[in-house]
Amino acid sequence: MQGLHRTAGFGVVIALILVLIFSGLRYDGFFSEYNVLSVLRYNSMFALVGLGMCFVIMTGGIDLSVGSVAALGSVTAAYLSPYGLIPGLFGGVAAGLVVGVINGFVIVRMKVLPFIATLAMMLGASGTALLLSGQQSVPASYDTNFMALGQGDFLFLAPDWVISDDAGFFGNVLHVLFSFPIPAWMALIAYGLGSLLLNRTAFGRHVLAIGGGEEASRLMGLPVDRTIFLVYVMSGMLSGLAGVILAAQFGAGQPIEGIGWELFAIASVVVGGTLLTGGKGSVASTLAGTLLLGILFTVLNFENGMGWISLSAYWQSVLRGAFLFVVVILQSRLVRTAQA
Amino acid sequence: MSTVADKSHPPAATPQTSIRRTLWSLWSKNHAGALAALAALVLFNLVFTPNFATMQTLSVNLSQVCVIVIVGVGMTLVIATGGIDLSVGSIMAIAGALSPQIFQGQWFPVPNLYLAIALGIVIPILIAGLFGLFNGWLVASFGVQPIIATLILFIAGRGIAQVSSNGDLQVFKLPEFQQIAIGRVLGVPFQVWIMLAIVLVAAWILRRSVFGRQVLAVGGNQDAARLAGIPVARVQLLVYVISGACAGVAGLLVIAMNSAADANLIGMGAELDAIAAVAVGGTLLTGGRATIVGTLLGALIIQLVRYTLLANGVPDAAALLVKAALIVMAVWLQRQDRA
Repeated sequence: MQGLHRTAGFGVVIALILVLIFSGLRYDGFFSEYNVLSVLRYNSMFALVGLGMCFVIMTGGIDLSVGSVAALGSVTAAYLSPYGLIPGLFGGVAAGLVVGVINGFVIVRMKVLPFIATLAMMLGASGTALLLSGQQSVPASYDTNFMALGQGDFLFLAPDWVISDDAGFFGNVLHVLFSFPIPAWMALIAYGLGSLLLNRTAFGRHVLAIGGGEEASRLMGLPVDRTIFLVYVMSGMLSGLAGVILAAQFGAGQPIEGIGWELFAIASVVVGGTLLTGGKGSVASTLAGTLLLGILFTVLNFENGMGWISLSAYWQSVLRGAFLFVVVILQSRLVRTAQA
Repeated sequence: MSTVADKSHPPAATPQTSIRRTLWSLWSKNHAGALAALAALVLFNLVFTPNFATMQTLSVNLSQVCVIVIVGVGMTLVIATGGIDLSVGSIMAIAGALSPQIFQGQWFPVPNLYLAIALGIVIPILIAGLFGLFNGWLVASFGVQPIIATLILFIAGRGIAQVSSNGDLQVFKLPEFQQIAIGRVLGVPFQVWIMLAIVLVAAWILRRSVFGRQVLAVGGNQDAARLAGIPVARVQLLVYVISGACAGVAGLLVIAMNSAADANLIGMGAELDAIAAVAVGGTLLTGGRATIVGTLLGALIIQLVRYTLLANGVPDAAALLVKAALIVMAVWLQRQDRA
């Protein structure tokens, strides 16, 4: 069993690399700066939501409220954006925190199934977002540097010789790093911290132990309630952060965005090889899973551009479903082989 | 948990009393709470909402509740086995998007109008059932958790519906077909009769048939059910097929009401409404105890709460908050009951 999620996680990385090689050879401009950066910028939101979902699922739970929490976070952040970057950022995350605390309370204290508690919260958060915004998108302020959270990069910090045309190889590498979008940095840092949290802290071990067997963990004296409470708080905060990026990227708080995000996040976690029953999982392959699902959409766009086929945008959900199907079947096979 | 359900088994009935007993047995004292809530809502509306006690109000509310109840019936059976079906909304979209293509003769020429309508009803429901079979196959043969197994069609199903119709709004004018939703029998919309028929049949199946007992046994304790010789896989397959077919019927009702099919919108959020109705109705969400009549009451309560809020000028967004609180309360009360 130990090697199981590693195998699955390894699989998704291989698949990601194969898709990248295939697309790089097939489509001109797939690795153009514009395309790479826009893929990173857009998918960083999903990556953040997926990270929270990954922790929740590893405890054997589920968080269906992430999409509407992101919507709520984006509305809150947009309202606070005239006061600057920091209030907007913290406001959105705080909105997510409040939702996460309520989720955790309902699940741990009221002992309502995670699935139902977060389903109700999905309605509740979305209702709150709609009430706050008067059912309209809330324009975020362009006067402050809030938009940097969604669209910015660190290029302004780069020394002149890096940006110049004859920067040389090292200069080019630095150039790429400096032009890396800020939301992508946030996602990367969050994943780094998440990975440390899972693999190097007692909290991380508790998460996996609880997913492996909640009763057993309780009998062993692990802080089960506290850990479960915390993963929902974490998921809420990360979704709120994704909402902040959403508002900054599109220049407005979007009360009706986020529909279906929870399913996309669950799909990325599963594709990344995390066991849905909990107890096994990997933060890094969740990131790979998010990128893989996100890139499939880009590939579809490029394929349409080639003119050989013309698949409408509707095909992307069919393809995502088909992809999830293959992964789920593989995962169930792997589990069986491991148990046999 | 299956023993809880067994308690409601009435003693052996003589043939003369069996029909009455059958109908009576669909009732259960567990519905008292839901019924009291419903009565309180009606009373509140009679006092505070203008023009509440009119045929039109009744008709509007019943029409809107039909779709939720029909989807909810399938959902109740799935949840009774300890499963969940997230794909119902997408399956509604598939059935709704395919039907006009069939009765408008885009697939194959149909000589007769009534034959076209019959095919336009039967084929989409069969296809919806097949998609349900796909869900059941994943759950029963591969042991995939239901929430994930049905997530696949939740994502892909709407895509299939959109691809099949190119994402276009399909408008049609076919009064003969629309009768299934808006035609009236004894002054009551025909879709209400369809709903009642489905509720009665399903309630009877769950309470009185071997299959119904098996459904509850699987939900109560799957391993014990398997050891007791119950064909667990077949039961699981069947409940998802039924859920898919119910969603198909609901999809047809939606397009018949609107006289248009929009694959992007049909059944959007139907899974939430159905699950909410099931939870509020008193079905145990972990499986093993279920009530179809409860789901009907749950759907009525949710619809009436929404109507009450809207009729008294509360925005729809606030109604969402109330619905959320309602679901959590219902499930929490369930837990208190069992403890």
